[in-house]
Amino acid sequence: MKIVLPLVAVIMLVVLAFAGVQVAGMQFLFGVLIPYLAIAFFIAGFIYRVIKWGMSPVPFCIPTTAGQMKSFPWIKQNKLDNPSSTMGVVGRMALEVLVFRSLFRNTKTELREGPQLSYGSEKFLWIAGLAFHWSFLIIFIRHFRFFMLETPFVIQMIEGLDSFLQIGAPLLYLTDVVLLGAVTFLVFRRLAMPLIKYISLPADYFPLFLILGIATSGILMRYFMKVHIVGVKEMVLGLVSFNPVVPEGIGVIFYIHLFLVSTLLAYFPLSKLMHMGGVFMSPTRNMANNSREVRHVNPWNYPVHVHTYDEYEDEFREKMKKAGLPVEKE
Amino acid sequence: MYNSGKIIAGLVVFLAFFAFPFYYNLGKANARPEPKLNTPVIQQLAEKKCVESRDFMRSEHMQLLNDWRDSVVRDGNRIYVNAEGKKHTISLQNTCMNCHSNKKEFCDSCHNYMAVKPYCWSCHIQPKEDKS
Repeated sequence: MKIVLPLVAVIMLVVLAFAGVQVAGMQFLFGVLIPYLAIAFFIAGFIYRVIKWGMSPVPFCIPTTAGQMKSFPWIKQNKLDNPSSTMGVVGRMALEVLVFRSLFRNTKTELREGPQLSYGSEKFLWIAGLAFHWSFLIIFIRHFRFFMLETPFVIQMIEGLDSFLQIGAPLLYLTDVVLLGAVTFLVFRRLAMPLIKYISLPADYFPLFLILGIATSGILMRYFMKVHIVGVKEMVLGLVSFNPVVPEGIGVIFYIHLFLVSTLLAYFPLSKLMHMGGVFMSPTRNMANNSREVRHVNPWNYPVHVHTYDEYEDEFREKMKKAGLPVEKE
Repeated sequence: MYNSGKIIAGLVVFLAFFAFPFYYNLGKANARPEPKLNTPVIQQLAEKKCVESRDFMRSEHMQLLNDWRDSVVRDGNRIYVNAEGKKHTISLQNTCMNCHSNKKEFCDSCHNYMAVKPYCWSCHIQPKEDKS
């Protein structure tokens, strides 16, 4: 049920877009209104989620300390795994975001014959995650040729590199293959490993199936069920310049692709996909381990009235003297 | 909000990236390419028709040209039979470019719009056009 539900949901989305465009002829709804709503919801929802996170106080200084902290000058500090300065934090965050260093340290625990518990390095999740995220980014950037009348040189260069094997026509993009392979692996990983399968929820499968659907529809559109691509660009430019037009004769597969992307955008702020913004908001990653230099004040500390020793002595000095107790001030 | 300076800076970067197409295209005209079909050869044709239908050619021409190349170069077959059963000689320069002799106004108009760079002319000789 945890797997079937999201799968059926994605299939229903495809059917909905197909029926809406092919049968009911609602090109304007699926091509203009829904994308606008989805983008607006994505941007507003993203900002809302980040600001809401920003409102929550961080009571303790809790950076993960995965190496030697700053200590005596003759003890070498691990500046990336236990940063004590802003530069160190930026470095650790950059490596985390760009190469997923914490996933690289992923380990696997196995109970073997014996019984014997063994731990081993597990790099497949890291490799597949890296391949998936980077291809997704390159594909996203590549799509900017549809969003700009004159495609900048950088984007043409990325596209040229991505298709440099010159297979078929239109040229096969390497990232299409890598993305599809990586997402398929990530789905099978959840299905094949019993422990992962046990903790996987519909909210884990749905984005995977949705992205698989987006990639599949995009690949179908480029290589197999070709669409009137000049019309597509005309329509997209119309959308982004707020002069929506719906050219005739674009294939239905484009509307399916667009509807799935709109769904992803609208779903984004509601889901675990918010890790895009969330990684920067994680106190375990964005704080410096400098608690011995800088006092971290809990922002929701209640202003407690304290009675210090000085005040105590001021109050009872005379009585203390009479009783023969030592006082700090005469 | 805590650390509001850093968070707002991050959100500005987010907006700069994701809203880029919207502010980049502000006030820019959406100029759709109009490939020109008025070459002398096309004007003299009795039936103005390509080797396949317009819709097929519009979306599948790159696949067709790729198949044509493989057919000639690998199989030595220079005859193409279209959907209507009509035979055409497979040749970019003698069939395609015979009618569409205006590469700049025909091929390039859409290819530039879509930022597509076909590698036809790294082997074939690019036609010399009078109008430039």
